[in-house]
Amino acid sequence: MNTRSQVLLWGAQRVSAMVLALCVVIHLVTIIYAVRNGLSAAEILGRTRGNAGWLAFYTVFVAAVAIHAPIGLRGILAESIGWRGRSADIFVLAIAMSLATWGWRAVYAVFV
Amino acid sequence: MKNDFRARNHPAYWAFVVHRVSGLLLTLFLPLHFWALGQALHGEARFDGFLRWTEQPLVKFAETALVLLLAAHMAGGVRLLMLEFLAWRDWQRSLLAIASGASIAVGLAFLLNVV
Repeated sequence: MNTRSQVLLWGAQRVSAMVLALCVVIHLVTIIYAVRNGLSAAEILGRTRGNAGWLAFYTVFVAAVAIHAPIGLRGILAESIGWRGRSADIFVLAIAMSLATWGWRAVYAVFV
Repeated sequence: MKNDFRARNHPAYWAFVVHRVSGLLLTLFLPLHFWALGQALHGEARFDGFLRWTEQPLVKFAETALVLLLAAHMAGGVRLLMLEFLAWRDWQRSLLAIASGASIAVGLAFLLNVV
């Protein structure tokens, strides 16, 4: 991978981290609030169904995760097992696309 | 100093290990998390059935560990962003301790709520 792409990945990792820092704080507060009386489908869906605010929030959250996690994984694969190059890049790109697809499917599932 | 355990046994190294391991475990957990939420597509009853399964003590224990991992990864990540983008001063080293403390506090808050 050329230097320009490496810098682009580095930047994407940091910008996604900044977005995630905010998303995770909101997510943790929501989790702690939501579990206080036990989790139920009615309670979760009552909060998320038809709510454009949560839809927008989780859509951005999933996008940031789908960028952040595979770039981190790419570094771990290179440094821990020495898997680098085109095959590793294709693998992490597939992970990114899977996370985005499954993540947005989950967002849709609790919205409709 | 040789590149052995002694060279690595310092707080910044352990912060690196925690960040890497938590990041990897959270990534592995994501497909399961998305699958679980996707149960809502098959109706509220199916989603509720899954949520009842999560009430087992072992699952609650795993959930607490995941919340702790998420809090630790976020706190460690914010520390890294501050290291990279802000001027690093001696007093900011205490951020490491604050990051650890905040993670544990979040984990305990979750545990107290679910038990």
